[in-house]
Amino acid sequence: MEQFFKELSQKIIEKIDNTEDLMINFWGEDSHFTRFNQSKVRQNGFVSDATLSITLISNQKTCSTSFSLSKNASNDLLTALSHLEKLRRDINFLPEDPFIVFPKEGQSSSTSSKGELLSVDKVVDALSPAIKNVDLAGIWASGNIYVGYANSKGLLHWFSTDSFSFDYSLITESEKMVKDTFAGTNFDLEKYNSFMKNSINQLQLLDKKSIRLEPGDYRTYIAPAGVSDLLGMFSWNGLSEGAIRRGQSAFLKMRNDNVTLSPCFTLNEDFSTGLTPMFNDEGELAVKNLPLINNGILKNTLINSRTAQEYQIESNFASGWEGLRSPVMSTGDLKENEIPSKIDSGVFLNNLHYLNWSDNIGGRITGMTRYACFWVENGEIVAPIENMRFDDTIYNIFGENLESVTNHSQFIPDTGTYSSRSFGGTECPGILLNSFSLTL
Amino acid sequence: MEKINLKSIYNELNVNAEWFGIRKVYESNTYRMIRDGNPQANSTGISHGIMVEVLKNGQFAYAASSDMSVNSIQKAIDKAIIIAESSSKNPLYNFSKDVRPNNKGKYKSQRLETQIALKDLNDILRKSYESLKVSDKIVSASAMARITETNYQYLSSDGADIEQDFLIIGSSFDAIAQDNGITQRRTDNGRGRMFQSGYEVFDEAELTNMCSRIGNQAVELLYADECPTETTNLVLAPDQMLLQIHESIGHPLEVDRILGDERNYAGWSFVREQDFGNLKYGSDIMNITFDPTVKKELASYGFDDSGKKAEKEYIIKDGILLRGLGGTESEKRSGIKGVANFRACSWNRPPIDRMANLNLEPGDSSFDEIISSVEKGVYMESNRSWSIDDYRNKFQFGCEYGKLIENGKLTKTVKNPNYRGVTTPFWNNLAKVGNHSTFEVFGTPNCGKGEPNQSVRVGHASPTCLFNNIEVFGGA
Repeated sequence: MEQFFKELSQKIIEKIDNTEDLMINFWGEDSHFTRFNQSKVRQNGFVSDATLSITLISNQKTCSTSFSLSKNASNDLLTALSHLEKLRRDINFLPEDPFIVFPKEGQSSSTSSKGELLSVDKVVDALSPAIKNVDLAGIWASGNIYVGYANSKGLLHWFSTDSFSFDYSLITESEKMVKDTFAGTNFDLEKYNSFMKNSINQLQLLDKKSIRLEPGDYRTYIAPAGVSDLLGMFSWNGLSEGAIRRGQSAFLKMRNDNVTLSPCFTLNEDFSTGLTPMFNDEGELAVKNLPLINNGILKNTLINSRTAQEYQIESNFASGWEGLRSPVMSTGDLKENEIPSKIDSGVFLNNLHYLNWSDNIGGRITGMTRYACFWVENGEIVAPIENMRFDDTIYNIFGENLESVTNHSQFIPDTGTYSSRSFGGTECPGILLNSFSLTL
Repeated sequence: MEKINLKSIYNELNVNAEWFGIRKVYESNTYRMIRDGNPQANSTGISHGIMVEVLKNGQFAYAASSDMSVNSIQKAIDKAIIIAESSSKNPLYNFSKDVRPNNKGKYKSQRLETQIALKDLNDILRKSYESLKVSDKIVSASAMARITETNYQYLSSDGADIEQDFLIIGSSFDAIAQDNGITQRRTDNGRGRMFQSGYEVFDEAELTNMCSRIGNQAVELLYADECPTETTNLVLAPDQMLLQIHESIGHPLEVDRILGDERNYAGWSFVREQDFGNLKYGSDIMNITFDPTVKKELASYGFDDSGKKAEKEYIIKDGILLRGLGGTESEKRSGIKGVANFRACSWNRPPIDRMANLNLEPGDSSFDEIISSVEKGVYMESNRSWSIDDYRNKFQFGCEYGKLIENGKLTKTVKNPNYRGVTTPFWNNLAKVGNHSTFEVFGTPNCGKGEPNQSVRVGHASPTCLFNNIEVFGGA
């Protein structure tokens, strides 16, 4: 697909005149999706999708259009040129835009990762034996995903990867669940069977009768998957510089009132894992490692070039929506085998669910506990808990109530498939809180 | 737009399956947005492709492609057949082709004005933005329009032949006010408005008035007290009822959730198969309908993606749960009576059970009668925060704008109003349902569910409602 994109984008760019600039984005996937319920196949299919987007800039005005591609080069070129003509007509009726991000020259890049993936006819045979004696619900997603960028200054970026993920929940008869994801680029049946066996073994912990907790404040451990969900909120009116400037960020207190978080909390945007494209929709390469919060102090926010122009500051080439693309939270010194004893009496939360700002400016998040969550007493896991609602602020969770951070982290892959399969994920440790507010 | 002639294509295809269908979707989404006086978005996105579905060995399988050539469709069918054969080695359920009705028909969303010039639309947004800027306390304001045009064609080897055309107009107006370190945001109805309609919804005078009110209320909230923390009477406006219906009625009644399909993603449901016909979901004045026939409502349509004809059905009547939100496949699997709601977001995702239009039928109280019946309570408008557990029991919702109710009258404005509760106790505390004069139609384009994930349009219409004994509280 890289060559296809390179040739198509070049032919489109050849059609502009010297008063025009053009940016072209390309993304798509060839994905196999197999959905399981009760460890059996519920839905099964394949999606081949490709989209091209053209952004025209002329006379300090801009507009864009995106459209599906057939991947037939001559047909797609005709379609693209017809859209370019429509953009040229539309742009005359638009007002000037003072904050246009113009295409830049620069170093082109190309990254392609090939994997060993199961063919569509082999997936059911490969996955089913290991799960035949349990109740599993989940989704197998596998194939190639790609993204490209080209502009009228000659810059060209390409990122493509083969990948698979089996994102699943195992469910006991009493409706307790374990959640896990087996993901990678090279499928290995032996590793899959071993991984699944380990997940199934965790179900034994859930056999006991659930404890119902009263609302209140509890000592709490949140495992990496739950921490990843909390950090995910930082992408929604969180670390966006634009959101801060417009008074719509949970981090306003850190910016305006010099409020700090815990010295145990350090968060970077770190592209060194290579799992996420470093270029954004404007073709700009991100800083490889951008410190965001360093030992509780706000060091940087996510600033894209449009925000930078609007507020006359330096861009760090964040995405258009100024969300986290490759977050890595630093580890601490809490050892895994010490977690129950350090909780002493409290709750052990593996996963969280349906998070939202309940007071965005106040930094307060509400959500639910979900999956394998336990009551711990005298340093021992006693029993699963019934799901509880929490409602607490990031200034407590990552601030004054953050007691320690585990000395190991986990990569939580982004298994989202809205529009298309996602790249990357979040690398983070678990956190121990001396108090966490459970409300319902 | 080219129309696929399945019969002519069929003669060129080699289809070794018990049944097959082709769904073609063309959808364009145009966004225009002005923020703080400058253009923020001028874009159009067009998605165009086909999904073929085959039935082989009792298993449906799909293959979707943005390449709509005959050669590509043949390849998609061949791939879908291989996938169906593979599924049949470990199937959840063995289907027959009767879950794909062979209906024929057309649907077109109603519209008066069918054209708007780009310049006129920009002017309307600019004037709306200017109306939002009621004072220098408004630090940011935006005006957005979204126009969606969808053409849907569905043909099957059994003779189904359906074409549906949708024109959907959405808008969103947003004012952020700041003073003394306090920030408040006010919008039109929480997440904007969206209707199946023509361009007549861009009524300049109406929008100017509305934007001026939004701006003024954003400033008003800066100086308001926090919402009190107490258990009290709660009156919800229709633009919050839409979220309450969506999260605590719509999702738990989706039959695929009840059957466990969503347990790894959106979640399960507290509702069980034996609850239909028995569960006292809410008080006696609670009547919920699945109604794809309401003019202008966002998820009105003629047929779902299985080809089933869409008709109005009572889901909850006099507080008793009667019917599930399940399509033809879920009806077979569960035995629960369902509705025409087997829907996909586009050509590149398979259909699953969705809620479409789910409405609370009007009662007999005027707005004044509801407020005057309350000695002490809180009135809330416009959703701004939402969260509910995976069984759809414990919810917490927040609104943009609140008013105290004291001795039967609306009094002081309160900011950061929130409330929480548990689904069936909450609905059994429904004490008054507003009449037609309080009934409003809303919808959202962003209902997320499914694996692979899908975001679809849903509609919700409701009158103003009063609930007793609800836990309310303010901000951080």
